[in-house]
Amino acid sequence: MIRSFRDALRDSLMALVETNKDFVVLNADSARVLNLDIFKATYPDRIFCYGISEADMLSAAAGLSTTGIVPIVVGFSMFVTEKPFEQIRQSICYPNLNVKIIATHAGLCVGQDGATHQTLEDLTVMRSLPNMKVFVAADAAQTTAAIQAMMAYKGPCYLRLGRDTAQDLYESQPEFRIGGSDLLRDGGDVTLAACGLMVDQSLQAAELLAAEGIQATVLNLYSVKPLDEQMLLAQAQKTGALVTVEDHTVLGGLGGAVAETLARYLPTPIEFVGTQDTFGESGTQDELFQKYGLTAIHIANAARRAVARKATRT
Amino acid sequence: MQREYDKYRKIARELRVSVLDMVYKARSGHLGGAFSIIEVLTALYFHEMRVNPKEPHDPERDRFVLSKGHTAPALYVTLAYAGFFPKERLFDSFRSVDSILQGHPDMKKTPGIDMTSGSLGIGLSNAAGMALSGKIRGKDYTVYCMVGDGELDEGQIWEAAATAVCQGLDNLIVFVDLNGLQNDDLTCNVKNLGDIPAKWRAFGWDVTEVDGHCFETLIPAIDLAKRHKGSPSVIICNTVKGKGVSFMENEVVWHGKTPNEAEYKAAREELLR
Repeated sequence: MIRSFRDALRDSLMALVETNKDFVVLNADSARVLNLDIFKATYPDRIFCYGISEADMLSAAAGLSTTGIVPIVVGFSMFVTEKPFEQIRQSICYPNLNVKIIATHAGLCVGQDGATHQTLEDLTVMRSLPNMKVFVAADAAQTTAAIQAMMAYKGPCYLRLGRDTAQDLYESQPEFRIGGSDLLRDGGDVTLAACGLMVDQSLQAAELLAAEGIQATVLNLYSVKPLDEQMLLAQAQKTGALVTVEDHTVLGGLGGAVAETLARYLPTPIEFVGTQDTFGESGTQDELFQKYGLTAIHIANAARRAVARKATRT
Repeated sequence: MQREYDKYRKIARELRVSVLDMVYKARSGHLGGAFSIIEVLTALYFHEMRVNPKEPHDPERDRFVLSKGHTAPALYVTLAYAGFFPKERLFDSFRSVDSILQGHPDMKKTPGIDMTSGSLGIGLSNAAGMALSGKIRGKDYTVYCMVGDGELDEGQIWEAAATAVCQGLDNLIVFVDLNGLQNDDLTCNVKNLGDIPAKWRAFGWDVTEVDGHCFETLIPAIDLAKRHKGSPSVIICNTVKGKGVSFMENEVVWHGKTPNEAEYKAAREELLR
């Protein structure tokens, strides 16, 4: 089934009211577009609109959290990570306050709104902040699981979601561990380490590769920080070649995190699928994934390159 | 009351001397803007605020956010004299490695600091978040916030000013330290904001103007602001940057300058006179 990230977010927040008395939702004039009208109508005392004032909103979230309230800041990725970056750094991460940031509309999957709205650096900047935990959900079920895990943890967290929908990858709600990952397909020749919408593309790439006799492991590295280093190193050891795959720049995001770990403990050939130091543009999600090299075919090509490099290593 | 005001004046003088001592010993720190907020801090921590140094995290306590975080020495001295930590810490570690007294306020390192600050423009939003929490949970604490007049250049101050009115945060009281100077020059030469009280009024705030060094006007203004309902209050404090040391007063260079030995001795002598 194909399901919406925003519906999963809304349903998770509605359900959370039953178990958590201390959270409030903050938004900057985006409740309607995030499908939160029903939440607003049902729990008007739990949701606060800051107008189009994201810097103020993130700073107020910090102030709220000092009193024990858990603010969940929701919005488009660009406007709740990069616009108020300094406020997140100074007021939330430095004092290690319990603020949750949940962002939709991250990556080229934003589509026709174009480059100004396509956050391609959010993972890089968020993971660079001490104390911040960084997660990416690959489908609706994982979105729900991620939100529950974030709320059970005390400290700043960022959850990245797509704009629209995702093919279900999990039949039921999966376990979501901070610092965890999911091995979705096991193969001995190459590891496809992906997050978000690119997990599904990587599973399709694994099918393409299998048809020509290359067996790929597909790893959903949903916890970009902290990274599941143990699992990553085990798969790198086993397959000897990797491809990182993200709807995000290849500079410093998932690919950067994987490369840092492998360079330190187990140097291994890696190919990086993602945007290559460029902004996006308007277009449909599929057109943009095609143009910027984020399809199953591109991933399979990268996997062949990684496998070839493995063969020529001395 | 007069005897109390005299007592506060004595405390304020001791605080200024200690600020001077700690900045001189650390060879680093911001004196000018610290001296201009001493009376407000004295009025808050020795008269107005419901705080208990033995329970700095008491959920029912009043809060204070020093948005102009570079004047931390004034707050550190106030907190030490109020009993939050030993006074010796002021002089043996400020701005040093492993210190509880960072260059700018750090809520995780210093007992009594309610919010980490240092980057200008952010603290009013932090304070408004604390005040909103008080409203959500039906608590009766008051949140105080000190902003600089140079800091009013920051757009986020005015985002927060609008938010606090929309959210009806009458448990929030802001002090503007209107000393007329900022890092480079007079505030009116850097970026002339015009009629500052009128700006706050236009945003819907309850506005009072006082002499920020005079307890006789400051304390009644705070009491009135606490009683005001329906909107947040701002007390515009007309102050003198470098107050108390004649050669520092209204001199832009004393924003962040450390005194040499002769200047230190002269300043100390004048403060104790």
